[in-house]
Amino acid sequence: MTPLLQLDAVTKRFGGLCAVSAARLEVQAGHTHGIIGPNGAGKTTLFNLITGIYTPDEGAIRFEGTNIAGFRPNQIAARGIGRTFQNIRLCRDLTVLDNVRMAYDVRLTSSTWSALLNLPSHRREEQRSIEGSFELLKAFGMDAMAGQLAGGLPYGLQRRLEIARALALKPRLLLLDEPAAGMNSAETLRLMEFLRWVREHFDVTLVLIEHHMKLVMGLCDHITVLDFGVTIADGTPAEIQGNRRVIDAYLGEEVEA
Amino acid sequence: MVGAFACLLLVSLVPLPFIVALLAVMVITAVLGALIERVAYRPLRQAPRVSAIITALGCGLVIQNTTLSLSPYARPMPRLFESRTFEFAGVTLNSLQLFIIGVSGVLMLGLDFVIRKTDWGIALRATASDRATVPLMGVPVNRVISLTFAVGGALAGAAGVLYSQAYPVVGAAMGALIGWKAFVAAVIGGIGSIRGAVLGGYILGVVEVTTVVVLPSTWRDLIAYSLLLVILIFKPNGLLGSAAQQKV
Amino acid sequence: MPTPRTLGSSVAGCRWALPVLAASAFLAALLHQQWALFNGYTEFVLITAGINIILCASLNLVNGYMGEFSVGHAGFMAVGAYAAGLLAVKILPGATPVWAFPLVVAFGGVIAAAIGFLLALLSFKTRGDYLAIITLAFLMIVKSALENIPFTGGPRGLLGIERLTTLPQTVAWVIVTLWVIRNLVYSKFGRGITAIREDELAAGAMGVRTREAKILAFVVSSFFGGVAGSLFAHQLQFINPATFDIIRSTDILVMVYIGGVASLTGSLLGAVLVTVLAQLLQPLGTWRAVVMPLTLVFLMLFRPRGLLGLREFAWLLPGRELLQRIKEKSP
Repeated sequence: MTPLLQLDAVTKRFGGLCAVSAARLEVQAGHTHGIIGPNGAGKTTLFNLITGIYTPDEGAIRFEGTNIAGFRPNQIAARGIGRTFQNIRLCRDLTVLDNVRMAYDVRLTSSTWSALLNLPSHRREEQRSIEGSFELLKAFGMDAMAGQLAGGLPYGLQRRLEIARALALKPRLLLLDEPAAGMNSAETLRLMEFLRWVREHFDVTLVLIEHHMKLVMGLCDHITVLDFGVTIADGTPAEIQGNRRVIDAYLGEEVEA
Repeated sequence: MVGAFACLLLVSLVPLPFIVALLAVMVITAVLGALIERVAYRPLRQAPRVSAIITALGCGLVIQNTTLSLSPYARPMPRLFESRTFEFAGVTLNSLQLFIIGVSGVLMLGLDFVIRKTDWGIALRATASDRATVPLMGVPVNRVISLTFAVGGALAGAAGVLYSQAYPVVGAAMGALIGWKAFVAAVIGGIGSIRGAVLGGYILGVVEVTTVVVLPSTWRDLIAYSLLLVILIFKPNGLLGSAAQQKV
Repeated sequence: MPTPRTLGSSVAGCRWALPVLAASAFLAALLHQQWALFNGYTEFVLITAGINIILCASLNLVNGYMGEFSVGHAGFMAVGAYAAGLLAVKILPGATPVWAFPLVVAFGGVIAAAIGFLLALLSFKTRGDYLAIITLAFLMIVKSALENIPFTGGPRGLLGIERLTTLPQTVAWVIVTLWVIRNLVYSKFGRGITAIREDELAAGAMGVRTREAKILAFVVSSFFGGVAGSLFAHQLQFINPATFDIIRSTDILVMVYIGGVASLTGSLLGAVLVTVLAQLLQPLGTWRAVVMPLTLVFLMLFRPRGLLGLREFAWLLPGRELLQRIKEKSP
């Protein structure tokens, strides 16, 4: 079976620094895939390469069989890859609803002229965008705050909104960059339930970067370990927990404890 | 512009030797620079960047138009300097030109040294790159920024004096065009690089003068700004500027 | 939602308020054309205010909604003014019939928009200070080119333009401008443009077609900048390159930032305020040029986003009833 996402010997250099070197990654459709590794291992860079924010110097990134290396971020998003950011990047001065709508809008097709002249076809589409985005917010339990500015939400809800925004793309692949950052263990547990619900309800394949081992081990079907930009291990959670190189590089006492 | 006017005012009140006048003017414009920073910029430190640009523009207009209202006509500037002409290897230079080149050279080398080597210079560059963390490291950010504006003001004042010696007419509008040109030179060289700014200034100067020699003088701006456009198309961060890598 | 209804909020919420207001403004302008309700001076100020509203709203699209800092708007105005002026004076000799004047004005807008398109291409790679400088360079190049081309009359300018800018024509263009820009900013394209201001990178990753959004913002902005220039040329009947200098750009910037960024109501207010203030301060002579920027500096200190920054009178917003209905349906 061809994987949903396949990174083939992808390399990215910044000046002399090789942030990602010949990285391999295969994500199967329907799986939840964890990416772990010490700080500075190139995990976020990998996400930036997949979503087109950086262009790889070498290698291919295949999504559903098409090499998307060199595509612009919006083209990749439109093909069905959504993401969140490590440091939340919402449009703070836009309302919660408009944050979701900007992603929902990828599927709208009305022309520039119909928008400038506010023609009926365009108005109907805008109504669909409002209704669709509102539905999504409702599913996330955030419809009551649709009119508030995103920047004014508490931290936890901002994280949640960022996931909602990414899902508004109706992606087949959702990349989550440290979704549990800044959460205590009770909150992390709730996040795990939430992500399970997302996975089922939206029928989406998840890839997450995380440091919380409980979350990664409890949620993921498959784990890839990066260190200094190199893939050092790849396997099921059980295989990773038993892998000597991984324990040396990173997990160490956490796994033994 | 203020520099030139302050100089005019000073020398018309008290006869001063040139160097003293230059230094006095630099002190005055330094104080003015620090004052503007304190009143108009410091409260905006947290505000969107555009507000600071607009305030800068506004302050410039206030100063310029105040001067214009007080002195609507351009005035002649007395020569503070006896000019002698030399001929050297077929190039005619007068002592005034040499002097201007000399003073600007000394000031530029001094500034480059200060910014690279002194504590203040390091603090300044640190502040520019990360305003949030630097105060936590014990750097008095407010004082560093005030000092920066003072130094900037002093140098602009010196430029005003030198300019008024080279082109001995002083008018309120003289600063505006030069101010924009300074900005252009900084951009050609790359914002955040003193060496780039010097290089940019020389390139702009040479291009303008050459244009005037070859074509009617009205073409000067056209050529200069087209050059700027071309440079920015190929080097979006200026000649010596480094591309800021955005943290994602 | 049971909110207490004051007179203000019910007027603000009325969907007919805007069309009625626009229609009555146009009607008043027509009546004036017929029976000269205002004296010549008032008419001049009203037309100037109208042109300023067009300039201010269109610049707000790039500087307010998209968050760039363009200082080149006077350049688009110049292109529009010269394009329309040359068309009317040199290419189509003889008197321009009144019905053809809107076409002449639109021609100015189209030429300006074509140049706006080129500038938008340059905005793909550069942002912030550097883009500001590019717009400055554009302004200087336009001004300098006009001075050096004999066809445009050189530094002495273009004479003999007919006085065709009437009050009804101006009001009509103001309404068209505000209507089109309002449609744009509250459409999917407008959300993209605003998202670029907020976070260009995240916007791209969320599927916003950032390049198309930038092109659209620049093209629409420069089109109406050109329209304003055409009207201006046919109001003063004489234009020269020096009219369109950095000072004029600064004036428009002042209006935008006094009125408020990313607010069409703000642009309307800012443009009218600055126009009226400029007339009231006339007796101050050159001190007027001190008062205006000083006002701007104080405004930035106390209200950095302008009087109505990011706010809008509710009746400008489309699709509000729908949103209200959805909210009422949900518990």
